[in-house]
Amino acid sequence: MPASKNVGIVIVSHSAKVAEGAADMVRQMVGDNVPLAAAGGNAEGGLGTDVAAIMAAIDRAWSEAGVAILVDLGGAETNSEMAVEMMPEERRERIVICNAPIVEGAVMAATEASGGSPLAVVRATAEELISA
Amino acid sequence: MDEALKKKLIEAMAGTVVAHADELTALDQAIGDGDHGLNMKRGFEAVLAETDTIVAKPLPDALKAIGTTLVMKVGGASGPLYGTLFMALGKELPPDPTIADVAQALAAAIEAVKARGKSDLGQKTMLDVLAPLQAALAAGGADLAARLPAVADEAAAATVPLKAIRGRASFLGERSIGHMDPGARSSALLATAICNAIGA
Repeated sequence: MPASKNVGIVIVSHSAKVAEGAADMVRQMVGDNVPLAAAGGNAEGGLGTDVAAIMAAIDRAWSEAGVAILVDLGGAETNSEMAVEMMPEERRERIVICNAPIVEGAVMAATEASGGSPLAVVRATAEELISA
Repeated sequence: MDEALKKKLIEAMAGTVVAHADELTALDQAIGDGDHGLNMKRGFEAVLAETDTIVAKPLPDALKAIGTTLVMKVGGASGPLYGTLFMALGKELPPDPTIADVAQALAAAIEAVKARGKSDLGQKTMLDVLAPLQAALAAGGADLAARLPAVADEAAAATVPLKAIRGRASFLGERSIGHMDPGARSSALLATAICNAIGA
């Protein structure tokens, strides 16, 4: 895929199936013009989250407009924060972790991103789900 | 710090985590997601596999390498938490630290872990063991290596009546009361292993 000008979306779940399933749902509902990647499960294929896999997913979904990450439970958030901190400095401020439900948040964020909205708006749209 | 002592410390930490993996998992099954023992075992086995590379580095870099390995290999929330602890210690400690240096570095590392876990003392976490250990180190005195294991064990036991505020245990609310926090237990185990290795 050519470099997109749209914000990218990364889905991080403890379960590979949840992460991939949520990504499938986004792809079918929103289409292909949003860079999208999923990271689920630990390095051995069990339940958990894997910092290296999250970093790789951020790379795959990278856009100059930034990347919004959707996470499920606590460890996914902590490991995503760690992954962001281990990314090159110039990218860090263009990556946000959304405080939103993973599936609904991913669909909402991707829908907003597909219209070319900036990162802060994509994040706000995803997070409206819980502040409403 | 010489290579032999660094090696001894790594082997002691990995040894205790492997020996107590089932116990940590059992504690985590009671109030967490049941993977703490397995995750810590995977992380410390990866550290152990890199022992020769790690011990060749000066202490600050060795600690950072241990932290990075734990972050990459643990695969649960304890990875970034323990990873942050070791990385922060590596950032703060000189190559040959005194007890006072360790106390100061641990204080800074505790702050880093608080920030990483968005947690504080009294919330039934590893912090509830690390903070009393730090206080004992800061107070100093004779025979620290002999005295600290009891401090760690008492602090871990003191998490039993607490209600969890952070992590999956917090979903259980009142039902988290009455179980020792797995992270508190693993911190106590690591502290005891370090003290025994230094004291022996």
